[in-house]
Amino acid sequence: MHRTGELYGQFETLEQQKETAALGMWIFLVTEVLFFGGLFLTYTINRHAYSTAFGAGSNTLDLGLGGFNTVVLIMSSLTMAMSVWSAQVGKKQLVSIFLIATLLLGTVFLGVKVIEYKQKFDHHLIPGAGFDIRYHAEHPTAADNPGKIAEEKEELEKAFAKDPDLNAHAQLYFSLYFGMTGLHALHMIVGAGLLVWLIKGSFARRYTPQYNTPVEIVGLYWHFVDIVWIYLFPLLYLIDRHH
Amino acid sequence: MSEHIVSPKIYLAIFLTLMAGTAITVWAAYHNFGAFNIVIALAIASFKATLVVLYFMHARYSPRRTQLVIVCSVFWLAIMLTLTLADYQTREHTVSKLVPPPIFNLVRT
Repeated sequence: MHRTGELYGQFETLEQQKETAALGMWIFLVTEVLFFGGLFLTYTINRHAYSTAFGAGSNTLDLGLGGFNTVVLIMSSLTMAMSVWSAQVGKKQLVSIFLIATLLLGTVFLGVKVIEYKQKFDHHLIPGAGFDIRYHAEHPTAADNPGKIAEEKEELEKAFAKDPDLNAHAQLYFSLYFGMTGLHALHMIVGAGLLVWLIKGSFARRYTPQYNTPVEIVGLYWHFVDIVWIYLFPLLYLIDRHH
Repeated sequence: MSEHIVSPKIYLAIFLTLMAGTAITVWAAYHNFGAFNIVIALAIASFKATLVVLYFMHARYSPRRTQLVIVCSVFWLAIMLTLTLADYQTREHTVSKLVPPPIFNLVRT
């Protein structure tokens, strides 16, 4: 294909090329909105049908870790936006610094997610043969707040009184929890791969005020993943905290 | 049309607003507003998402055709959510009596 510098032959100017690329990314993000939208819809219908089990499931999540991850991810969106700005004003070294910061924050997010998943395994909260929502209150692990355990047991008893099939219905909650956060994490992993590629380009000083399309486009994707989490956090972690 | 550069000040202001939104969400979740808890949570999340789209994703400074695509995505999402939920709300349904798939019944307490 004919190419002059960073400008491909089918485009008149770099700006037109960038606008076209951004439009293409947005169209991809529209499909992503509907993809995650289907999951949120499934979640809504099931939460409505099994509100007791969803509340009980949600209360087993670690709000501290979830809140921390929310802050980390929003911060990574800020550093991503700043790397776009750095490229636009020609501060080539800052581009690398902000991209690396974004990658680090993204990695921290995934690391915390691993800790959270591990807790769920320890607490027998993985849907399937070993699932038992009572187990985590009966066998608290080192990370659990001992003061909260008695309270949790009491809440669980009440929940079982309301919904005798709590164990079956809570598995629906955890299936959605792992499905949705897992797909979100998969998007983060893809994003981290793209960031590594961007960082390589930034070391080669490729991104300039005239040409920064890749930073902008990956930025769009990264911010979208952030938006998914902005909805996931209250919907998964904060269903029934006021009891 | 030349490219619009969003200044770091705006990015920082948006970031701080997003942080405040997160704090309010957590605060509100610990208070009982009855049926409005979910409304408050979703309203704040949508406000935050809008800020991210407008400023971090530069939608506010994008060409009209890009903005049209963004609005379309929200529109199609609204169709999917509204029609499906309307169906569940208005049709005699048995979702709460649905038997979970057998794999969920392997362990009974």
